[in-house]
Amino acid sequence: MKRVALVGMPNTGKSTLFNRITGAHARVGNWPGVTVDLASAKVLVGRHMVELVDLPGLYDLHGFSDDELVVRHFLENTRIDAIVLVLNASQLDRQLALALQVRALGVPALVLLNMADEAKRYGIEIDLASLSKGLGLPVASVSARYGTGQPEALHALARLLDTEKGPGEAALRDALAPDHQREAEVERLMRSAVVVSERLSELASGRVDRVALHPWLGLPLFFLAMLAVFQAVFWIGAPLQDAVEALFDAVRKAALEPALAGLPALARGLLLDGIWAGIGTVAAFVPLIVVFFFLLAAVEDSGYLSRAAFLTDALMARLGLDGRAFVMLLMGFGCNVPALMGTRVMRDRPMRLLSMLTIPMSLCSARLQVFVFVAAAVFPPARAPWVLFGLYLASFAAVVATALAFRRRFASHEPFVIELPPYRMPTARQVWMRGWLEVKHFLRRATTFIFLGVIAVWMLTHLPAGAAPAGPDSYAGWIGAALQPALAPIGIDEKLAVALIFGFVAKEVVIGAFAVIFGLEGDALAAQFAQGMDGVSATSFMLFTLIYTPCLSTVATLRAESKSAGFTALAVCWPIALAWGTSFLFYQGMRALGF
Amino acid sequence: MPDRKPLSRLHPGEDAVIAAVEGSEGLRQRLAALGFRAGRVVRLLRRGAFSGPLHVRLGTTEVALRAAEASRVSVKPMAAQPA
Repeated sequence: MKRVALVGMPNTGKSTLFNRITGAHARVGNWPGVTVDLASAKVLVGRHMVELVDLPGLYDLHGFSDDELVVRHFLENTRIDAIVLVLNASQLDRQLALALQVRALGVPALVLLNMADEAKRYGIEIDLASLSKGLGLPVASVSARYGTGQPEALHALARLLDTEKGPGEAALRDALAPDHQREAEVERLMRSAVVVSERLSELASGRVDRVALHPWLGLPLFFLAMLAVFQAVFWIGAPLQDAVEALFDAVRKAALEPALAGLPALARGLLLDGIWAGIGTVAAFVPLIVVFFFLLAAVEDSGYLSRAAFLTDALMARLGLDGRAFVMLLMGFGCNVPALMGTRVMRDRPMRLLSMLTIPMSLCSARLQVFVFVAAAVFPPARAPWVLFGLYLASFAAVVATALAFRRRFASHEPFVIELPPYRMPTARQVWMRGWLEVKHFLRRATTFIFLGVIAVWMLTHLPAGAAPAGPDSYAGWIGAALQPALAPIGIDEKLAVALIFGFVAKEVVIGAFAVIFGLEGDALAAQFAQGMDGVSATSFMLFTLIYTPCLSTVATLRAESKSAGFTALAVCWPIALAWGTSFLFYQGMRALGF
Repeated sequence: MPDRKPLSRLHPGEDAVIAAVEGSEGLRQRLAALGFRAGRVVRLLRRGAFSGPLHVRLGTTEVALRAAEASRVSVKPMAAQPA
């Protein structure tokens, strides 16, 4: 089998191309000498079975950002037969240097000029034959977004694999020495092969930016856009949610209850009220999460996220962070785990750690489920959306408080220099692929946690045998009682304390835990739940849930990305302290005011 | 020939030729990767509100960078062209 590495700068559509060629059958795995997981997939290219590996985007083979080191270590430690280098056709002036770096490695390489359609709109014409001759490498043009040119590109790759042999790792290691005379060669190649029209035409991107990046309109528009995204999540997701609930209920009544009638009461309880009720309650929230990820993928694909970094950098600079950290926080509203992994783009360790400390304060989709449920159960329909909006503001406030508390400890001098790619219409295919990947990831992680979580909750609440479910004699009751001295001052009773314990495993478990603790589902659960608490204690519970340790996956990611047990401990303990303090002030303050 | 000044002092819509790129090794390398080289034309498109970052264009690449970083790039202003 041949191995081919996919290399390119950020924003060249490299991963889009990878997804298109491999059809999203990629698996993620470990590679020697490299600390991060890389996506790879096996595809048939001509008569060769090829393992295609998607390497992180990089600007410079000889650079020293985390991602650039990953690429270099991969090349030094892995036998490869060829490199496919993806360049952005409209930015050849600065991207050709990377082609020369790749050529200098001595590995057979194929250059793919992506986004040829975009280049044409800029008035850029490229003479492929002349460029190929000048580079001494085969060159083909593709559109990763629309798939044009892909058969020709694969054909060129097959020809390359037919005729040329890859060098050993040792030769690659020798070749990976820095080289600074490439600039002149880029100039020469540009002059001989690429014609850039004299005056760049004003593109749609520029016209959009005049509004989107307007000094006064930009930020309000950005927050409106985000509000619209969250509104759309509920508008599209809520009817789907009702449908899933109805489905689970129907299956239980029509199939499960008759089928399990012969089992002993305890086993039937575990299966029906434990596993089925728990999973059903959580499954009802999956549509919301699916819609959220698809919308986020569309926004990400459009190029608006880097504008968000531009718009928010002034604010973030005052917190000791930068605009990229804001984008990661925003990603954190979907799921904290990919957001934490996204901080790899920061080279400066203190800033990266500070970002990683703030990201878990982002109100992720798992916490959103809990809040949607509690807000709908306790508050009248007209008030519930405002409660949710308030929790988003509280999430921002927790980020600000955390950054201000630790900005001096993690002081940084990281330069803020980012590219603003042109706006692109998100394609359905790309949104589907990105969104589906996230959803699959989420479901795989969530279902294991939820399954084990609800079983554990059921056992704690129903054992020892004979104890009233979640009553004071059950194991859960004991734990809840033991925690009362700490949780009573913030208005959280024994039953909710048990839910919080399981929320540490994953927030997805919390609603499932409610269902098990109260032994009810759906509307009946909501009604019973609302009886036990008023608006103040419900809000205090939600504030605590918002800020305290997000979930085991996040803790594991913090540990893996920071490679520091001390930092991980800080990232677990600080949120618990902040959560308790916030809920205490809120609960006692509201009670003192007579609410 | 107009005098050199830092990129951070350009006005929105103003074109200039890059004269020199200074700063730390890391910053220079990053700027070079995005196309900041002596002799290239750069245009300041806009500044972010609340002394936010600068939005500049070099060729077909658009870049956002803070004033602190932009002050390490010295430029020679050219006559402004209609956008």
